[in-house]
Amino acid sequence: MFDVFIAVVRRDLLLAMRRRSDVLTTLFFFVIVITLFPLGIGPEMSVLRGIAPGIFWVAALLASMLALEHLFSIDYTDGTLEQMLLTPQPVFILVLGKVLAHWLVTGLPLVLLSPLLGLQYDLSTQALATMMLTLLIGTPALSLIGAIGAALTLGLRGGGVLVSLLVLPLYIPVLIFGAGAVEATVSGLGGAGHVSMLGAILILSLILTPIATSAALRISAE
Amino acid sequence: MSNRLFNWFKFSSPATFYPLAGRISPWAAWIAVILIGIGLYLSFFVAPTDYKQGEGYRIIFIHVPAAWMSMFIYLVMAFWSILGLMFNTRVSAMMTQALAPTGAMFTFLALWTGAFWGKPMWGAWWVWDARLTSELILLFLYIGYIALHSSIDDNRRADRAGAILVLVGVINIPIIYYSVEWWNTLHQGSSVNFKQGSSMTMIMLWTMLIMALGFWAYSIATAMSRVRSIMLERERDTNWVSKLPELKSPNT
Repeated sequence: MFDVFIAVVRRDLLLAMRRRSDVLTTLFFFVIVITLFPLGIGPEMSVLRGIAPGIFWVAALLASMLALEHLFSIDYTDGTLEQMLLTPQPVFILVLGKVLAHWLVTGLPLVLLSPLLGLQYDLSTQALATMMLTLLIGTPALSLIGAIGAALTLGLRGGGVLVSLLVLPLYIPVLIFGAGAVEATVSGLGGAGHVSMLGAILILSLILTPIATSAALRISAE
Repeated sequence: MSNRLFNWFKFSSPATFYPLAGRISPWAAWIAVILIGIGLYLSFFVAPTDYKQGEGYRIIFIHVPAAWMSMFIYLVMAFWSILGLMFNTRVSAMMTQALAPTGAMFTFLALWTGAFWGKPMWGAWWVWDARLTSELILLFLYIGYIALHSSIDDNRRADRAGAILVLVGVINIPIIYYSVEWWNTLHQGSSVNFKQGSSMTMIMLWTMLIMALGFWAYSIATAMSRVRSIMLERERDTNWVSKLPELKSPNT
C-alpha cells in the first residue's frame, strides 16, 4: 500500500516538473497579490505590520484555491483517473498521494518564499518564523480540504468559480487560526494556542477529508 | 416486506410520496399561519418589557427561532443526505434539495434580525464575533449546496455530490451552537438552557416556543410543496405523473 502512495507521489511530481509553468503561476500569483496591497494601501510601515498576517493568509488561501484546478482535472480528462479508481488499492491512499504531491509543488514554495515577502512588510524575525510555521501546518490542510471541492466539481462548466464558492467557506477556520497565530506573535501574546488548533485541524483533515474526496471522485468519475 | 406492521419504504417512491406531500402541505401551512399569528400577538402585546434591553429585545421572538431553524434544517438535510447515500432513494435527495432554499432563508433572516438587534444593543450592525461568523458560514454552505446542485445537469450526480457537500459542512453546526460557550464573545449566551431552565419569564419562553413551532410548520409546508414541484419536474416522463388528475387539462 505504501508503494502505491510513493508511486502516485512520484508520478505527480514528475508530471509537475514537466509542466513547470503551472507550478510557477501559483507562486507568482501569491507574490503579486502580496505586492499589490502596499501599493493600494500606502507604504506606512506600522499599518503594513498590522495587516501582514491577514494579507499573507488570504493570499495563501486564494493561491491554494486557484491551484486546485490542476489537482484532478488533467487525470480526469485523459481518463487516467478512471483507471486509478479501478485499481484494487484503496482510493484513500491515492487521494493522499495526489494531495501530497500537489502540496509539494504548490504549497511548499509559498511557505519557503513567505519570509522573503514578509521582509517587505517589516515583520520581526519572530513573526516571520511563526508565519512560516503556520503556513507549513496550514497549507497542507488547505490542500486536503480543497481536494473535496476539486473532486466534486470535476468536469463541470464554470467549475473554477464554483470551487471558490464551495471551498472558501471551509477554509475559514484555517484562516482564522493561521492569521491569529501570527497576529498574536506580533502583538507579543504568543501564538502557541492558535498553532495547536491549526495542528488539530491538519490532523483531522488528514483523517477525514480523504474519505469525502474518495466518495466525491467516485461520484464524479461515474 | 408486506407483513410488516408499517412499511417505512412505502413513501420512498415519488409516486406514493407526492400525494402524501400534497396532503401535508396545506395542513402545515394553516398551522404555520395560526401559530405565527399567535406568536406575533404574544410577542408584541403580551410579553413584558425586558428590564435591561427595553422594547428592543422583542426581535428575539423571530431571531432565535429563525437561528434554531437555520441549524435544524441543515441537520435534516444531512439526515436525508445520509439516507440518500445509503439507500439510494430518490425522495431523500429531493427532500434535501427542497429544504435548502428554506434553510438559506432562515439563516439570512437570523443574520438580518440579528443586525437589527445588534444596532441598538451593541451599537453596530455587524461585529466579527464567533457566532455571527459561523452563522454566516452556514449561509455560504447553503448557497454552495444550491450552486453545486444547480450546476450539475445529471440529477443523480447532482444529488450525490450535494449530499457529500452537506455532510462535510455538518461540522459547522456544533461550532455555531457552542460558539457562545467556547469563545467568550459579544453575542450573549443562550437564553434557553435545558439543564438550568430558562433565564426568561414563562410567557417569553412560551412565545418563543410557539414562534419556533410556527416556523417549523412553515418549513414543512414550503418543503413539501417544493418537493412536489421537484418531483414533477424530474419525473415528468414517467407514467405516474402522466396519470395525475391535476395535470389533465379539462378539455381533453
